[in-house]
Amino acid sequence: MSERPDTAAQTAAPNGERADLRPENIQDAVIRLAGNSQDGIQTAGAFLARLAGRSDHDVMTYMTIPSTISGGPSIFQVRIGSGEVLSAGDEADFLVAFYQHSYQDHIDFLREGGVLLYDSDNVEPNLDDKRFFYVGVPITGLTIEALGGTARDKGKNIFVLGLIAKIFNLDVDKLKKLITEKFASKDESIVNTALMAFQAGYAYPVGNVLAKHYRFEHIPRPSGRAQITMDGNQALAYGLIAGGVRYGAGYPITPWSSVMETLRRELPKYGGIFVQAEDELASVSIALGCSYSGYLAVTGSAGPGISLKAEAIGWASMAEIPLIVCNIQRGGPSTGLPTNVEQSDLHQAIFGSHGDSPRVVLAPSSVEDCFYIAIEAARIARKYSTPVFILSDTSLATRIEAFDEPDLSKLMVNPKPDLTPRQTFKPYPIDQITQHVPPGTRILDGKYPLLAGLEHDEMGHPTGSPKLHMAMTAKRRNKLRKLAEEIPVPEVYGDQEGDMLLAGWGSTYGPIHDAVAMARENGEKVGALHLRHLHPLPNGLEKIFEKFKRIVTVEMNDQGVYGFGQLATILRARYCEPKITSFTKTDGLTFRVKEILDGVFKGKSFAARHIPREGAAIVHAGTAPENVKSTREVVPQGVG
Amino acid sequence: MNKGTTGNGDGGTAVAEPPREKLTKKAITADHPTWCPGCGDFAVLAAFYKVLEKRNLEHEKIVTLAGIGCSSRFPYFVNGHGAHYIHGRAVPLASGISLARPDLHVFLFGGDGDGFSIGGNHLDHGARKNINMTYFIMDNFVYGLTKKQTSPTSPIGFKSKTDPTGAIDQPVNPMKKLISAGATFIARTHATQVKHMMEMIDRAFDHQGFSVIECLSECVEFFPDVFDPADPKKGGSFEVIQEKKWDNTPEDELRHDVTDELAAYKLAQLPFPGVFGVFYQSDRPTKNALEKKWIQSSREKTGNASDLEILQKTFDRMK
Ligand SMILES: Cc1ncc(C[n+]2csc(CCOP(=O)(O)OP(=O)(O)O)c2C)c(N)n1
Ligand code: SF4
Ligand SMILES: [Mg+2]
Repeated sequence: MSERPDTAAQTAAPNGERADLRPENIQDAVIRLAGNSQDGIQTAGAFLARLAGRSDHDVMTYMTIPSTISGGPSIFQVRIGSGEVLSAGDEADFLVAFYQHSYQDHIDFLREGGVLLYDSDNVEPNLDDKRFFYVGVPITGLTIEALGGTARDKGKNIFVLGLIAKIFNLDVDKLKKLITEKFASKDESIVNTALMAFQAGYAYPVGNVLAKHYRFEHIPRPSGRAQITMDGNQALAYGLIAGGVRYGAGYPITPWSSVMETLRRELPKYGGIFVQAEDELASVSIALGCSYSGYLAVTGSAGPGISLKAEAIGWASMAEIPLIVCNIQRGGPSTGLPTNVEQSDLHQAIFGSHGDSPRVVLAPSSVEDCFYIAIEAARIARKYSTPVFILSDTSLATRIEAFDEPDLSKLMVNPKPDLTPRQTFKPYPIDQITQHVPPGTRILDGKYPLLAGLEHDEMGHPTGSPKLHMAMTAKRRNKLRKLAEEIPVPEVYGDQEGDMLLAGWGSTYGPIHDAVAMARENGEKVGALHLRHLHPLPNGLEKIFEKFKRIVTVEMNDQGVYGFGQLATILRARYCEPKITSFTKTDGLTFRVKEILDGVFKGKSFAARHIPREGAAIVHAGTAPENVKSTREVVPQGVG
Repeated sequence: MNKGTTGNGDGGTAVAEPPREKLTKKAITADHPTWCPGCGDFAVLAAFYKVLEKRNLEHEKIVTLAGIGCSSRFPYFVNGHGAHYIHGRAVPLASGISLARPDLHVFLFGGDGDGFSIGGNHLDHGARKNINMTYFIMDNFVYGLTKKQTSPTSPIGFKSKTDPTGAIDQPVNPMKKLISAGATFIARTHATQVKHMMEMIDRAFDHQGFSVIECLSECVEFFPDVFDPADPKKGGSFEVIQEKKWDNTPEDELRHDVTDELAAYKLAQLPFPGVFGVFYQSDRPTKNALEKKWIQSSREKTGNASDLEILQKTFDRMK
């Protein structure tokens, strides 16, 4: 809690006097629910996130999923703030422990002075540890009692939600409405049971042990728009729909599956189809068939599946077909760490196929950005007739954020193919960007295009001519250079020049920005640069790099044989700049702010631990023409 | 994107629709085939041209697709929209086109290696899902393009570069594979029997669903004369399946019921060169039709709302 209230320090002794809860305004709180996944802690956490979104607060969640099917220990962390929340929080202000193992595994994540709320039926904390405040509630027993002694403790999650609602002075009516909505499709008794559990938790005299309750300050959001709350995979799926994607195909794999599940369910409403294919090779091929037929399509997977699609992606590059490929990265190689996060597929996305097979690679920086980047990917795929990768990851896929409701009336793209007859058509004009003309289009001079995986001439006829292969290779590469011209140069956050620039991509946006904010509070001259366009890179980055003594990429991947993370390797190759290095890690967990600070400012310890919130708004500047800031040609455009 | 998939390249000029002329062989002929002289695949191409001409299809709606192999060069020789895809994956490519654009005529061509080996799994699933397309497999019992390796249909004993002392693995029986996978139109023909071949293409094209024709098509280069036993001109016999006419005659008892899976399986057991014609046909609903039904009911549930309205409603629920 950033406003560090002197919690019920003196008055909250477990056997203290009954005191009325005194309200205290706070701006930011990290609540960690630790239990087993089958207890529905995700559901309770998601209610908190939805409520925060509805109440105009910023929110971010973080969860771990056990990789076993029957469930197991897992956490759901919710950070609620009045103002911009960029990372899920290094430490919890408030830990809810359902079991002894939950307490043992997570007590070290509770900040000093934080509150441990534990199920006194299951947990025996070490009350001698004076760093924390202890609030024991017989959660299991009271839940069973409240629900009529069925001896089933299902509902503990909702009971706890009631407790939290009381402690944080949350809007009970809105929460009850959310609970009712959530279970509306089920039996009425389920709604009633949930509401009873909630009420029981809310009515518990927590004031006997905690002297204060907290109230989130209300800071009106600048946009004035309502917020919507969802996870990254949902944002991605709906972004694709907004971007005019109506067809796709996939094969289930964690953490991609929920994207395909959403699309399979939603697309028929829009007249489209998402196919569950027999394998990854079929799914990319089906998607290419849909794209070829005139409906830009999507396929996706996690790393292992993308490997299987690689040959077909090479064909899309050669035949110049628009396609969107989502990779929701997880820990690799092979089955690796299937439910953990990693950013180790950047090189696979940029290079993974065979031959010289240019394609575009984008990475969203937040849940909200998953929505916007999908629209941008669709636009680029069509305009440049090219495969476009969207590199998301486990942490973005599963975390919930609230963000300003997009203005759909401005964003929705018409998906229909254009079948207007043409007098002539060349699928592969050497000095121009290929445009895909789908079958069903009459070509009046009678010469129809063949899209070819063999090297070809301008009409698609096969050729073995070295000259044509050189020219066509250059043509396919030059369209990416053309695209680079319209990518806006990203803004630097923090110091515009100084000692160090932290560069990142993807889901590390939040912790990197928080780290920079905190370092600056401690007097460091440091900035942050976040890349959404990874291939091609925007033009003009060298101008930014000039202004810093060191550039350190912060990445969740291995430093590799030569000692640099995957983005750092690309930047070093591109800019021949020895001052670019990297700070990488492969523990399968999202970066904590402190971890970044420890990693990049080795040996320094920072006194101030406050993260100022202003000025860290995520910029969704895409490559839309109106956003073009730099048209400077850095690379020559000729064929050669 | 009001202009569909437009980019900024040379799309040619968009023009008003002029009247149509009858589809001629000339109009649909493209590059001269690069096959070896005498290759069985020439006859397939000729038969295909003839069927297209006869059916007088709208030119722009003809789509020819293929994977990789000598036979898979086919789309280059047809002047029409088409794609030359990767080895073994043409069935899913065609599936995407067929599902997204039911107005198109999707023709797929390939070889035995492409269809039964590297693409074997896709064949099974295309068949099971009954995706509407016409798939013509030129089976030459060998890998032609890569110059004489054993194929999944090579007979035991066939000497190839990968089996110098003769093939030892049990070959695939294409008819059995297709029957058990659930293809809804399954036929077999021979490239020297042009009339029969045309009839099969015609019927496959008329069939709604996953239609497959296996055509014995000789590779004169790497497995010459192998199909002579089914070529009357070379002393063989081309035995055509007699289909039931349902005329209540005693002869009809002996004829083949194309809807009888077990009977089809029995025909598939016959020793090489076996019989030719339609083995099996069923009017099981296509995936195209089933998906369409789901789309219609989903659209109705939204009250046939616009795309914008549907997504807005979804977002309203997430507030
Ligand atoms: C992924 C991949 N593996 C292998 C090849 C090489 N290859 C090309 S065609 C072919 C076999 C073709 O045999 P078949 O499908 O029977 O066609 P045919 O040439 O006999 O008509 C092979 C192995 C390839 N192009 N791609
Ligand atoms: S190698 Fe065989 S299959 Fe290929 S073109 Fe020559 S004869 Fe035909
Ligand atoms: Mg062959």
